[in-house]
Amino acid sequence: MTYSLKKEVEKKERLAGGHKLCAGCGAGVAVRGVLRALEPEDKAVVTNATSCLEVSTFMYPYTAYEDSYIHTAFANAAATCSGVETAYRALKKRGKVKDNFKFIAFGGDGGTYDIGIQSLSGAMERGHDMVYVCYDNEAYMNTGIQRSSSTPRFADATTSPTGSCSPGKIQNKKDLTAIIAAHNIPYVAQTTFTRDFKDLHEKSHKAIYTEGPAFLNILSPCPRGWIYDAADLAEICRLAVDTCVWPLYEIEHGTWRLTYEPKKKLPVADFLSKQGRFKHMFAKGNEWMIEEAQNYVDEQWEKLRKRCE
Amino acid sequence: MAVKDRLSGNEAVAVAMKQINPDVMGAFPITPSTEIPQYFSGYIANGEVDTEFIAVESEHSAMSTVMGASAAGARAVTATSSAGLAFMWELLYVAASSRLPITMAVVNRALTGPININNDHSDSMGARDSGWLQIYAETNQEVYDNMIQAMPISEACRLPIMICQDGFITSHGVSNIELIEDEKVKEFVGEYEPENYLLKHENPLAVGPYGISPYYMEIKRKQAQAMKDSMPVIMDTAKRFEEMTGRKYGFFEEYMMDDAEVALVCIGSSAGTGKEAVDRLRAEGKKVGLIKLRVFRPFPRIPLAEAMCKVKAVAIMDKAESFSNSGGPLFNEARNSLYDLENKPYAVNYIYGLGGRDITVEDFYDIYQDLFVIYDNDDPGDVYRYIGVRDSRFR
Repeated sequence: MTYSLKKEVEKKERLAGGHKLCAGCGAGVAVRGVLRALEPEDKAVVTNATSCLEVSTFMYPYTAYEDSYIHTAFANAAATCSGVETAYRALKKRGKVKDNFKFIAFGGDGGTYDIGIQSLSGAMERGHDMVYVCYDNEAYMNTGIQRSSSTPRFADATTSPTGSCSPGKIQNKKDLTAIIAAHNIPYVAQTTFTRDFKDLHEKSHKAIYTEGPAFLNILSPCPRGWIYDAADLAEICRLAVDTCVWPLYEIEHGTWRLTYEPKKKLPVADFLSKQGRFKHMFAKGNEWMIEEAQNYVDEQWEKLRKRCE
Repeated sequence: MAVKDRLSGNEAVAVAMKQINPDVMGAFPITPSTEIPQYFSGYIANGEVDTEFIAVESEHSAMSTVMGASAAGARAVTATSSAGLAFMWELLYVAASSRLPITMAVVNRALTGPININNDHSDSMGARDSGWLQIYAETNQEVYDNMIQAMPISEACRLPIMICQDGFITSHGVSNIELIEDEKVKEFVGEYEPENYLLKHENPLAVGPYGISPYYMEIKRKQAQAMKDSMPVIMDTAKRFEEMTGRKYGFFEEYMMDDAEVALVCIGSSAGTGKEAVDRLRAEGKKVGLIKLRVFRPFPRIPLAEAMCKVKAVAIMDKAESFSNSGGPLFNEARNSLYDLENKPYAVNYIYGLGGRDITVEDFYDIYQDLFVIYDNDDPGDVYRYIGVRDSRFR
């Protein structure tokens, strides 16, 4: 069946409006997009790492989720989800559960790249039939925009601030998608919000309906941490993709494939200039920063293209 | 017919779990690791149980998986020791506040610093305020019996439970044991039928909210109430267990307390050594007694205080240091429970057995001797003491 955004948005929302996420935040868009890929007849249990998403969507006594939901702590969403999934198999085997359930865990980059990576690695290795979704906003936004291992080089974060002796974050972003791909699980993909959400939808559907563990890394901008106007969310995602800062690709049973190649690769500066966190890079004397950022993106893009040949 | 066998405490717990056949077990071999998950994995490999075992990558994940499984509606178990329990710490509180009836076999071993794999109670005593029920055992038989009683208590109270035993002393020590028939165990433990769970057909459930100030305190108060309300559940379960086996359990056991003049209170396997000292002293005509605390959470403060009030001086034994400069955890709670009583005994604390340091019948002799001195002189002296430490300046 061909994808139609119009049809998709007519489905019943599984993340209800009225949650407390900021206007222009990518997290809610990511969750809605992933949950829309569930077939309406299937039930789901959503697991959530401690995050902006968690505190904004399940503030007692209100939950924004139409499906069952569990949050336990920051580091352990993947382990918690694997416990739920295992209970499902146990109870199904014993005839105590009849419905079909899907298991989807959401964590931010802090809960995924950093404190949750061990739990995630364990769950992926054990082969649970679940999808782990990282909504990657490239810093600890819930706690005050501290840098994470996902924060890109030169970004101004509160624990990697710019200053007379500091160009912002020193290190490059960790390549988590490749790390998870190295677990040789059936499905890994990187996506974000582009055009009609087709890429996000198709990858989510594949991730949910591929048996075994799957991982989705979704670039999910944060207006407070990245410093942009709420209305610019989609534009920033488009630029991330067209500059190849955030390439769209998937790894299906070990085969790497680009799912989008920009007709004209835009300069990284186009992406950086839209965001307050990179403002200092455009100051006089800091041209080297933009140059190095461009070189890094070019190198990574070439490496990825080779892998996808 | 009950089956007579010879088992280590670890095997006894694994056998109890096999008889129960829980839905999910998640476990990790921390250093020091218990043998319980490996015995249990053997039962799965041989088709003796059909539990789903999750071989996780850490104790933090072990607790996370059983929390997920329990919330999903499964009967979930785990086992740990020492640093493993410490690594679960943040989640112990989450499990209790989410009111998940998880059963955890704890083999008590010293916390690292320096690393030590031997017995003391620093691990579970450190977790004493996490909202878990805690039941301790003197012998292999008791830990087996406690394990059979764990789920009926925990599930009725919707509180997680630790079934504790002493590392090596009972966990690895082999002794005679009477096992209950499989069918009787299954009937006693029953099916787990939670009211609400994530996989329930009728309606979804959300677990683990952001509990803001207008709600957080009520949630904690209800947890405290559940702990209070677990007292009769523990006694009813013990009564039901006695009807099945003839073996009697309560919050604590009183040994030769009826006419005792001095007594000591302790937890776990040391009670066996203590009872030997009591027998010998009784043979010498000394009126000594012993109280072995079985249930530390909930703390049975009123009945325990009444039992201690039968004597003039009591030694409260802690196999854990709390570095409070005012004695160990059992001492502080037991002594506190005496405060409102008129004819209260002198109560002194002995820290003992840390990191596997042996306590001998002679040590208990010395303690009873000290108690008679306190009783005769009407003076407790320094109430915070050590026994079994080599350097005499630090006793």
